Amino acid sequence: MDLWYSEYHTENVRFSIKVEKQLHSEQSAFQRIDVFESAEFGRFLTLDGLMMITERDEFIYHDMITHVPMAVLGEAKRVLVIGAGDGGVLRELTRYDSVEHIDLVEIDERVVAVCKQFLPGTASSFDDRRVHAHYQDGMKFVRKCERAYDLIIVDSTDPFGPGEGLFTKEFYGNCYKALNDNGVMVNQHESPFYRGDALAMMRAHKRICESFPISRVYQAHIPTYPSGHWLFGFAGKTLHPVYDLDVERWNKLGIKTKYYNTKLHAGCFALPTYVEEMLRDVELMNN
Amino acid sequence: MDNVNQYQNKAPIAGALEKFSSERVVPFDVPGHKRGRGNAELTTFLGQRCMNFDVNSMKPLDNLCHPVSVIAEAERLAADAFGAAHAFFMVGGTTSSVQAMIFAAVSRGEKIILPRNIHRSVINALVLCGGVPVYVNPKVDVQLGITLGMSVRDVAKAIADNPSAKAVFVNNPTYYGVCGNLKAIEALAHAHGMLLLADEAHGTHFYFSENLPVSAMSAGADYASVSMHKSGGSLTQSSLLLIGKSVSEARTRQMINLTQTTSGSYLLMASLDISRKNLALHGREIFAKVTELAEYARGEINQIGDYYAFAKEKINGDSVFDFDVTKLSVNTLDVGLAGIEVYDTLRDDYNIQTEFGDISNFLAYVSVGDRERDIERLVGALSEIRRRFKKSRAGLLLESEYVAPVVAMPPQTAFYSESISLPLESAVNRVATEFVMCYPPGIPIIAPGELVTKDVVEYITYARGKGCFLTGARDKRAEYINVIK
Repeated sequence: MDLWYSEYHTENVRFSIKVEKQLHSEQSAFQRIDVFESAEFGRFLTLDGLMMITERDEFIYHDMITHVPMAVLGEAKRVLVIGAGDGGVLRELTRYDSVEHIDLVEIDERVVAVCKQFLPGTASSFDDRRVHAHYQDGMKFVRKCERAYDLIIVDSTDPFGPGEGLFTKEFYGNCYKALNDNGVMVNQHESPFYRGDALAMMRAHKRICESFPISRVYQAHIPTYPSGHWLFGFAGKTLHPVYDLDVERWNKLGIKTKYYNTKLHAGCFALPTYVEEMLRDVELMNN
Repeated sequence: MDNVNQYQNKAPIAGALEKFSSERVVPFDVPGHKRGRGNAELTTFLGQRCMNFDVNSMKPLDNLCHPVSVIAEAERLAADAFGAAHAFFMVGGTTSSVQAMIFAAVSRGEKIILPRNIHRSVINALVLCGGVPVYVNPKVDVQLGITLGMSVRDVAKAIADNPSAKAVFVNNPTYYGVCGNLKAIEALAHAHGMLLLADEAHGTHFYFSENLPVSAMSAGADYASVSMHKSGGSLTQSSLLLIGKSVSEARTRQMINLTQTTSGSYLLMASLDISRKNLALHGREIFAKVTELAEYARGEINQIGDYYAFAKEKINGDSVFDFDVTKLSVNTLDVGLAGIEVYDTLRDDYNIQTEFGDISNFLAYVSVGDRERDIERLVGALSEIRRRFKKSRAGLLLESEYVAPVVAMPPQTAFYSESISLPLESAVNRVATEFVMCYPPGIPIIAPGELVTKDVVEYITYARGKGCFLTGARDKRAEYINVIK
């Protein structure tokens, strides 16, 4: 048997993983949810056919979306996580003793249930007493919050589908309002490489710049995402992602990571020239 | 499936088009694109199916100007679905429906009683046919700055003062969703031998819910113009003209044919046909869902603070006899912004297009096509606009959209008089020969035959400053206005 999962990274580029077997498939109220088993990447989750996480490389994504802002913030107490139904962000966040309260807002309760069943390695912290899960629209939740969080992590799907609202100016503006005076928002920021992803990336950057005084982009290499070159956004009210990093303080915490380290922290904000140019074009448009 | 549903579960025009298309008839008739082959770019743009159905009247497809087969059957089904004696398929927008019913009701020199917050198409029809408007000033809600329905007492007085009038005209509902006491006005009009005409451009859904205001046909109106393309889901420019039992179908058809195209679009007609079927079969669920979405949005918007999304609490037994809860009208004055400013910011900053904004409100059109997450975006954006731009209400000089007209002569007389173009400020006390209105909503600020007053000048200048799109006048910015020489 020759069974393959394929995702179209563009109309002309296809990314495939050989599948051992399909573990789960369902149509929830919001999207199609599938889980596969593979030899190379272990188990992996797709939503509407698009790759979300694999057991093999999820550590990269979750390290980078969590530890980068946490190392800058130092003592984040209240955290809002939007999306992230796979639980990977929660797993990393709950490693910090400073964190007192985590609100997780996921629109699709079924994603959480499926991940708890098939991906227990990522969905491991839902039972932590600090975690409070809310199954509702992220925009709606954040709209009603004012100066309530030190950190907001936006772990969204792509901007076409249920995650669309999480790439809008109104959403970023509402996040700004929901953050404390030194608050930080970090978001999944798409990829700069293929044209469609790059346009979404630039639009997101434009809208974040319109809402936050500090907006920087950083990168990671994620093998199963389109082009492998993936970006994150760091938006702050006062804190700068590199200048305000306290290397010693974070290293003292003794959190063991597989991808993130404080040397890489400064480096990941150094971007390829073509990406810098794209971001600069957007920033100039705003001025 | 019960009998009614079985009966409504067909679309004769759409069916005839499918059949015709499968017969592969060789076209030596118009349209000249011949199923798209003669216009490749347009065919790519619209799609092959669309071009296949863009055909001319012919034996198997009937003729809109004189329907005898499939169009006649589709009109009969629509009449039954809407509880009318007859339904005419219209392809010139609800403007054409409104004009046809006015042509049918009044001829030159005859009076028609109507509120002044009417769509421009009504006064246009009077320009064409020479009818004379007798305006009843609609009531105004001072808090919201909007016009309401006519008071029954004011209608009774207008009827008593003008016993020779031929008809009474009502909006059911207004753009904002306000309904007057239709049944009481119907009783008054008919007791005095006058026809009752209803502009239901914003009321298609009334025919498919027990929880919405009464529809014109069920209230006993003689004519109703229904914008199927708004809440009914058909293609833009398609509309229905409904008539009651006491009106002649044949004479109404003649009135329609005075101005109707003889090349009626089958795309529009098929869209009416299929939409009628959909409403008859599923309308009740559809509008229950729309109501739920609108009510949810209203609740959330009112929680933001300063915005006021109004609804049934405005009911007062007369000029707001009922309210259409599917309309999401939002007053913005306490945010310190004009409705048009919120409308513009929603579009320019947040990529959200609403239906219209005026001096003190904007209207978000909620329909069966909306998703909950889109409602969340609208609410989220409104909350942001308030956070970013809230000002003192004191900066808003005008708070009402209504300027009571001073009528000097019938619209037709003024429109065809020799005119001169004057700067707006110099035209005070002269008689206008043209319209000026904000579009949308398309309710004239001044119409042909009315005096240019200081209030009119002030309103136009203020609306222009706030960014309203002023239409109707020959001068595109309405800085000049044509008045009688």
